[in-house]
Amino acid sequence: MIQKVRSHQSQNEALLFERSSPGKRAWQLPELDVPAVDAAGALGAANVRAEIEGFPEVSEVEAIRHFTRLSTWNYAIDYGMYPLGSCTMKYNPRINELVARIEGLAWAHPYQPEALAQGAMEVMVRLEAALAEITGMDAVTLQPAAGAQGELTGILLIRALLEKGGNPRQRILIPDSAHGTNPATAAIAGYTVENVKSTAAGVLDLEALARAVTKDVAALMVTNPNTLGVFEENITQAAEILHAKGAMLYMDGANMNALVGIARPGDFGVDVMHLNLHKTFSTPHGGGGPGAGPVAVKKALEPFLPVPRLKRVRGKWAYDFNRKRSIGRVRAFYGNFGVLVRALAYILAHGGPGLRNATVDAVLNAVYIRKRLEAHFDLPYPAPNMHEVVFSDERQAKSGIRTGDLAKRLIDYGFHPYTVSFPLIVHGALMIEPTETESKLEIDQFVAAMISIANEVETDPEMVKQAPHSTRTSRVDEVLAARKPVLRWKPA
Amino acid sequence: MRYLPKSDSERRAMLDACGVASPEDLFAHLPEAVRLHRPLDLPPGISEYEIVDYFRRRAAENADGYASFLGAGVYRHYRPVLVDTVVSRGEFLTSYTPYQAEISQGTLTTIFEFQTMICQLTGMDVANASMYDGSTAVPEAAMMAARITGRHRALAARTVHPEYREVLRTYAKNQGMPVEEFGYARESGAVDLEDLERKIDDQTAAVIVQSPNFFGIIEDVKAAAEIAHRRGALLVMVFTEAVSLGILEPPAADIVAGELQSFAISPSYGGPYAGIIATRDPFVRQMPGRLVGQTVDTHGNRAFCLTLSTREQHIRREKATSNICTNQALIALMATVFMTVYGKEGLRELALQNLAKAHYLAENLKPAFSGKFFNEFVVRAGAPETVNKALLKRKIIGGLPLGRFYPELADAMLVCATEMSRRADMDELSQVLQSRAAAEVLA
Repeated sequence: MIQKVRSHQSQNEALLFERSSPGKRAWQLPELDVPAVDAAGALGAANVRAEIEGFPEVSEVEAIRHFTRLSTWNYAIDYGMYPLGSCTMKYNPRINELVARIEGLAWAHPYQPEALAQGAMEVMVRLEAALAEITGMDAVTLQPAAGAQGELTGILLIRALLEKGGNPRQRILIPDSAHGTNPATAAIAGYTVENVKSTAAGVLDLEALARAVTKDVAALMVTNPNTLGVFEENITQAAEILHAKGAMLYMDGANMNALVGIARPGDFGVDVMHLNLHKTFSTPHGGGGPGAGPVAVKKALEPFLPVPRLKRVRGKWAYDFNRKRSIGRVRAFYGNFGVLVRALAYILAHGGPGLRNATVDAVLNAVYIRKRLEAHFDLPYPAPNMHEVVFSDERQAKSGIRTGDLAKRLIDYGFHPYTVSFPLIVHGALMIEPTETESKLEIDQFVAAMISIANEVETDPEMVKQAPHSTRTSRVDEVLAARKPVLRWKPA
Repeated sequence: MRYLPKSDSERRAMLDACGVASPEDLFAHLPEAVRLHRPLDLPPGISEYEIVDYFRRRAAENADGYASFLGAGVYRHYRPVLVDTVVSRGEFLTSYTPYQAEISQGTLTTIFEFQTMICQLTGMDVANASMYDGSTAVPEAAMMAARITGRHRALAARTVHPEYREVLRTYAKNQGMPVEEFGYARESGAVDLEDLERKIDDQTAAVIVQSPNFFGIIEDVKAAAEIAHRRGALLVMVFTEAVSLGILEPPAADIVAGELQSFAISPSYGGPYAGIIATRDPFVRQMPGRLVGQTVDTHGNRAFCLTLSTREQHIRREKATSNICTNQALIALMATVFMTVYGKEGLRELALQNLAKAHYLAENLKPAFSGKFFNEFVVRAGAPETVNKALLKRKIIGGLPLGRFYPELADAMLVCATEMSRRADMDELSQVLQSRAAAEVLA
């Protein structure tokens, strides 16, 4: 029974270019208060372009209807649960949007004098301190633009420290359950990647790790809890194995929503880690970004952090650009400041005890879902889970229905799909992360939907295979898109 | 807590269903040694009103209410109201990356429109769905050129934004990619093409030129491209001031790496912004970042989806074209709405207003370079820091002192005027800058 949704009309809408016609306008500039300039004279005739061919011309009314109509074709957190494992799709508080738009913050120029940027600098210092406390690390850089860039920053820091010791080493170890960004990052940082198999229980294999860690290994990149939602119970021993051979422990903080206030990476041997502010700290995903990927480090890595660093000079904040051992910049200016403002607003709203309560609710939701669904779906790794739970489609595959089909059917029930086919160590994975945002009612409806789909697989597999049935767009032909790429509009 | 939607009795019911006695027991499987046995040392949560108050106070410690002539990669342009109206819709703001095409057609369609408009603007065949910003688009473009040419050297003009070049060096260092620089002509402020000729060789993958360059000067990108092509290298064209493309001829480049901050993206103290990479058709499979393509659904209706993802990290892992995952979708949407609002005529008019304002300012301040410029230029200012202090007393933030990036220009500053610059403020800036007695004004 589909409880949560029934279908409603949605508006059709052409592309901007198709509804464009010459002379329509949505803009008005003020009268110029200085003399106009002849473009050919000022720029050189050869530098002046003809009209921008194909650029839209629409009215203001059409513009707002265009984007509003398109918006209704999206699912969103504001509509309901987004059980995407590893993505931590939690509520995006609206107060965060408001404060990021306060004029003195939103219009601050990165080159305005330091004396007139003390408020912005204070925001960054306060966020750095809060993240250091949450992670149990010694220093934090806010510069990286997103998680993957945080990873790159972290690995470059490790390389710099090892280089100072005379040998940057060759290899980075990565468990087979890792996110795809981990190996891609290691490659960009100039390392070769070696995959380490997990144990039958889905956690780090200490014996395999001990064999793999040689004087040639720079670091292990580990996600904890791992992508099965399972806490790496041997993490402290893994750190010891690495440290004994002069290698470092890098932690991907994508799953930090399971740990805030409960356990701190700095206390279990992690040397460097990144955080995704657009996951754990509630900044909006915005259909794919922006994010922010602060990196937290132990003291030994602090001298290598990207420039500039904030320092206190005569009672004021100032930038220190002169840090000889720094890895340099990973992006212009100081980071995605607007995202940092939102994350700090989230931390202020929750406060220390509140952040911990959020973690408890996030884990409770995931454990509850597991309990309610484990009779209906195969659970390949029975270890206790934290903020997410990973099932496999083994039972449904016998009827020819794969995880991707189940996910598409979930759409008809009014939910966004869970993460499909990841982690790679689970064949046909259904990776479910509810976050603390979901009420008991929403979760009960989700559970009911999943059970109902499991029954449909038995009674009407073909119907499940054709899902979704209720969306304005049915299954799209991704093969066609890749075979004959059409990547821009062109007039017919 | 207002963000947590459960009552205590609901929590109790869920714990019971799990067979767990207390919330603490949810974590009983964690080794004792890793547990945090004290509360986080952070103050208790505060109300909405207190949060607003905190940030208003911080904002007041910034330069609120000043006129500003700073540009240098971040520009003050008016943000049409429609922009925030659209991006504040929860359907755009709170949606995930559009992997599930059937329920993401809103985002996918706007990205397809974005890609199209960036192509129209830059004269390229294909543009990606966005990069973090302009500064990180540059090393991504250089690495892309290296993959295409099978070469490894990057040659960047000294007139490319200095912070972009710093980012390029950070990325290139461990890629086996030496980065060298070529100079600019002291008279014109444009790249020294003879120096480029001298430094380019048969291992050069990318020649990187910015136009308008960091000094605001319009570069002869075509001439640089001819030199690059003669030696088998690709020309990477960088832009930081996207409004200039409303009036300037699109670049004769192989790869365009740009920053869209000018398109209704708040300066926001340096980010988030949105970068782009655009290129010619033959190079598309070496391009980093997400791409949206057109296709059909099972009913034959036009639909869009993410495509050519075999370039990307979640498929190719260590063999991917880049490690980028999250991009700047919502910021790219701001730029899309901006381009829609201004459109074909408006963007040209906007560019012309910028041109007029900057040239009015330049009439009274002699630019240090003879090259043609768009909306910013370099002036000699004696002691720029002293001049700026005098200006601050009049609630004006002057230009960017250049000594930090160009020791040879320690007596110069970079000033920018946009459509938002008021004539009265420009006159006041000119007056102070022209006054040899800047120090006296200060006193």
